[in-house]
Amino acid sequence: MTDAHDALIDVLVVGAGPAGLAAARAAASHGAQVALVDLQARAGGQVWRPDVQRGIAPGLHRALAELERGVPVQWHLATQAFASAPGRLLIEQEQGLHELRYRSLVLATGARELLLPFPGWTLPGASGAGALQALVKQGWPIAGRRVLVAGSGPLLLAAAATLRAHGAQVLAICEQAPAASVRGFAVRLWRWPAKLAQAAALRTRLAGVPYRCGAWVRAAYGERKVSEVEIETARGLERIACDQLAVGYGLVPNLELARQLGCATVPHGRHAAVRVDARQATSVAGVYAAGEACGIGGIDCARIEGAIAGHHAAGFDDAARALYPRRQRARGFAALLPAHFTVRDEVRACATADTLVCRCEDVPLARLQGWADARAAKLATRCGMGSCQGRICGAALAELNAYPVSSDSAAGASLMRPPLFPTRLAELAQAGFSPADASASVASTSIASQGSTS
Amino acid sequence: MSAKLWLWVNQVAVDVPAGANVAAAVARAGAHFRRSCGGEPRAPLCGMGVCFECRVEIDGVAHRRACLVPAREGMRVRCDD
Ligand SMILES: Cc1cc2nc3c(=O)[nH]c(=O)nc-3n(C[C@H](O)[C@H](O)[C@H](O)COP(=O)(O)OP(=O)(O)OC[C@H]3O[C@@H](n4cnc5c(N)ncnc54)[C@H](O)[C@@H]3O)c2cc1C
Ligand code: FES
Repeated sequence: MTDAHDALIDVLVVGAGPAGLAAARAAASHGAQVALVDLQARAGGQVWRPDVQRGIAPGLHRALAELERGVPVQWHLATQAFASAPGRLLIEQEQGLHELRYRSLVLATGARELLLPFPGWTLPGASGAGALQALVKQGWPIAGRRVLVAGSGPLLLAAAATLRAHGAQVLAICEQAPAASVRGFAVRLWRWPAKLAQAAALRTRLAGVPYRCGAWVRAAYGERKVSEVEIETARGLERIACDQLAVGYGLVPNLELARQLGCATVPHGRHAAVRVDARQATSVAGVYAAGEACGIGGIDCARIEGAIAGHHAAGFDDAARALYPRRQRARGFAALLPAHFTVRDEVRACATADTLVCRCEDVPLARLQGWADARAAKLATRCGMGSCQGRICGAALAELNAYPVSSDSAAGASLMRPPLFPTRLAELAQAGFSPADASASVASTSIASQGSTS
Repeated sequence: MSAKLWLWVNQVAVDVPAGANVAAAVARAGAHFRRSCGGEPRAPLCGMGVCFECRVEIDGVAHRRACLVPAREGMRVRCDD
């Protein structure tokens, strides 16, 4: 353990996306000592991921410039926050493990894509939709390749536009929601002029790309990689030849760190989100949350909630309260998404008995059925015990309604024992932080938190 | 997108634009990433560090997520071919 990180940090922010950057800036504007931690090598989170062709997004440029004008912020990029206890956060960097100590913590851990199993989804060439967008922004070769974009939600358009800008031939965007539902979403957008403008810009950038509503991927085929995709529409089944398939069914909050700290969650569709009060405070004293982690709401929500969390975390409540009305408006947009892009049952039924659901341990759907709960299934099949530790299959199973996500924080914490990501045990021992210690402190936080829930 | 850098993927030299990650280099080399426990080839799924499907060996360190690691000049990447 080095001493470089030993000073007590006033406001420690995990996640350097729009929410985390806004939180850092708000806290630093009052002179607080702020540190930012992010897994990615560069700041920006998902929406502002730097692009090898187009450089840094204007929004990120502004956010970083604003941060630079204040008290210097301590940066920990390419850094995984993987175990935590009250007042301390364990981080893993290429050089090893360090512990950060903090007064207040802001969880701005964002969301990941909801990826659902279908026959052929493990073939190379099949990925998430936002996933392919992220890869392409970082140099993944796509020029001249035929790509089918599918799944659900507005992210499909943003992803397709990025792919096209990089020279991909986007064959079509297949939106599983029915046309009437998508139209209903579009006509309600007028209340958020910025979103409307964004949608119009995307339409221009995607001119000529078919947008097919009520169409979803049934299966992918290919020898060692995807070469053909079967889609289902009202008119029946259709086969489309392609080089790359990008399918995502919207987003689910990243809750690992929150759960491990014992933060209470609330149901979010078939998934869960961190429960926060008007102050963006979680059920655990001194721990705040903002952005997608509190429920999928997009960039505007993330920025405003981040700022509110940052002001409160630094102890400046009036500055935070002045922003409450803007948050309400942004969350109003968020409420539209689940209403219009609900995943249809036919999509949930795509996985067949031998489709692998757990990609880490190669566990097919058939072996996962019939257990009392997720824990029993996990112990019997090793599903969720591989490298991703249930991040992919856990959300998929919840969406398939096989084993619903528990929003009870104690149960959540017991499923999410540290380390959050596989790491060398020796390193943990060296850090004086044994897994047994860590789960003991998780248990005590969740008990303590029951009294402090507001 | 002017600057390029070179690295080795399974002993083959590939170039990527500055700002690219190791996943891009592996894809440009046409290599596959890892092999599943059932022996099938796998490639990136999430693009953001959560699925671990993109694991490769980088400069002698096994199990690194290619989607999270920026490509650096002269890096040596080994995939589970
Ligand atoms: C793949 C993908 C692509 C997207 N593309 C777009 C788009 O083009 N346009 C759009 O409007 N919206 C897009 N979104 C939606 C996006 O989630 C929001 O618009 C916005 O980025 C949310 O901001 P946030 O700060 O809440 O979270 P994020 O931007 O997701 O930021 C969270 C950050 O926390 C970090 N993090 C999480 N857990 C840990 C940990 N344990 N340790 C260290 N760091 C951690 C992550 O690396 C990430 O950088 C995308 C989402 C995804 C998942
Ligand atoms: S592609 Fe999922 S971790 Fe790299």
